[in-house]
Amino acid sequence: MMRAYAIAKKDMRIYYLKGPVVIFGVLSPTFLFLAFIVGRDLPIDFLIAGLLGMTVFFTSTSVSPVVAPTETQSRNLERLAASPVSITTILIGDILASVFFGVAISFIPVLLGIAMGVTIIHPFILILGIVLAAFCFSAMGLIFSSTPTSMTSTVMMLSTMIKFPLVFISGIFIPIGELSLWGKALASLSPLTYITDLCRYSIQGNTSNYYPVVLDISALIIFLVIFMVAAVKLHERSLPKRL
Amino acid sequence: MQNVITVRDLTKNYNGLMAVDHINFNVTKGEVFGFLGPNGAGKTTTIRMLTGIIKPGFGQISIMGFNIARDPIKAKQLMGVVPEMSNAYIELSAWDNLLFMADLYGVPKKTARQRAEALLGLFDLYDRKDHKIKNFSKGMKQKIIIAMALMNEPDILFLDEPTSGLDVQSARLIRDIVRKLNKDGKTIFLSTHYMEEANELCNRVAIINHGKIAAIDAPEQLKIRIGGLQRVEVSFNKPADISELSSIPEIINIRKKGDKLALYTNEPGSIIYKLVDYSRANNLEMVTLHTLTPSLEDVFITLTQEVGK
Ligand SMILES: Nc1ncnc2c1ncn2[C@@H]1O[C@H](COP(=O)(O)OP(=O)(O)OP(=O)(O)O)[C@@H](O)[C@H]1O
Ligand SMILES: [Mg+2]
Repeated sequence: MMRAYAIAKKDMRIYYLKGPVVIFGVLSPTFLFLAFIVGRDLPIDFLIAGLLGMTVFFTSTSVSPVVAPTETQSRNLERLAASPVSITTILIGDILASVFFGVAISFIPVLLGIAMGVTIIHPFILILGIVLAAFCFSAMGLIFSSTPTSMTSTVMMLSTMIKFPLVFISGIFIPIGELSLWGKALASLSPLTYITDLCRYSIQGNTSNYYPVVLDISALIIFLVIFMVAAVKLHERSLPKRL
Repeated sequence: MQNVITVRDLTKNYNGLMAVDHINFNVTKGEVFGFLGPNGAGKTTTIRMLTGIIKPGFGQISIMGFNIARDPIKAKQLMGVVPEMSNAYIELSAWDNLLFMADLYGVPKKTARQRAEALLGLFDLYDRKDHKIKNFSKGMKQKIIIAMALMNEPDILFLDEPTSGLDVQSARLIRDIVRKLNKDGKTIFLSTHYMEEANELCNRVAIINHGKIAAIDAPEQLKIRIGGLQRVEVSFNKPADISELSSIPEIINIRKKGDKLALYTNEPGSIIYKLVDYSRANNLEMVTLHTLTPSLEDVFITLTQEVGK
């Protein structure tokens, strides 16, 4: 575990300032959000909850997928593979770095909301939800980077192609309750749905969530486990091809 | 003698290409073991399997008694690795790269700092310790990569072509360090395609070509084993006519080496007389003249040609 933390520390020093991380992690949710709210009249607590879900999603999926292709390109990976750490440890390190980034940036919409008069009704559930979601999305990010490429742009394109549609099916802009049956079915497949639902519960109050809180949390945990197992399996296979 | 590396029947196949083909060898404690072979011989593939970076297709590897397939973490803990084409993290300083390695190998903080200072001193990089690797020259980068491999005080150090691409001075410095590390008791596994490097550093050399080991022995033993011819190397102040020289009966074979001619023979003495006559007759001046016994290069050429067939 100390070794995973060492890897996370290294990732934080190197990758937080990289262009693609900042662009995809911070700027794209901001613009997506602005584009959405312009000219509409929606309650502020509804918006903040949506923004928060989206921010965790974009920031947590922005660091983890960059690491593997960059280190393939810069030829650091062979050294790492020769050290006494398993692929799982390396990936946990990458996830931790991504989680810290996601959680830290998520404070911005929370503070923004508080400044605009939003009250956080269930702060502990909110924090738990954000941390859990950050882990879940970071692990998801690793799946994007499991193709053995050294091109960060390929990975970014792939992840964007999946990330943007997910935003639209996850009940961020339209409450899940108002979706059609199809829309609901689709939304239930996206992990983003559950964290957004948790945010609504924590910010807008007890009646605004669509799923029960326990279900939201369990869903995030299940997605995390699936993504993690898949990421380890896929990276184990792709690592030798990167050398 | 204690074996620190045992390799049995090691094989790696890349889509039908036998990169490493059923090789066997042992490395004993405290020796410098050389892996000498031309490009594409399978040196890097072998080292990657020994260091647990890739999985063998077939065969067993034991590192200080640990089977690398079953106990990879324990085996890796005991070794230092300098891969052929690897980098330190260029965005981090020399110091941070060293401490990162220490973290990966679970070296306690205090010990790590002491070691990092000692290694930076040894590699003459102490005053650059806070500079980012980005700004280092190639030789300095290679020194840092070797220092990184030593942060865990490994019992075995793997070096894959550590001096390739370096200038003469940096290469010599790295060879000096390898010798020093070996004197301090480290077992060293070194791959190279420089004959002189293998000749100078290694207690034993394995010659590998097309994934097969052609021979393993001490450099001098290898030279004796191929028997072979002595040679006279000569260079003239003007280009010489090879065809005329080859009519000298004692010369068995002639090879051009840069501005020198290598004349293979059993009778170096009489060749020298003939060369003097030849240069007088053709109005040439001899610039250099050496007689040599077989070199590791001769061994190498003989053996790699044999295996190649
Ligand atoms: N990942 C890979 N996929 C397919 N073939 C490979 C791979 N790695 C190596 N090979 C092939 O295996 C053979 C041995 O390669 P290897 O890199 O081990 O040689 P080497 O002795 O290290 O050569 P060099 O002196 O050039 O470093 C080569 O023919 C190479 O093309
Ligand atoms: Mg090689």
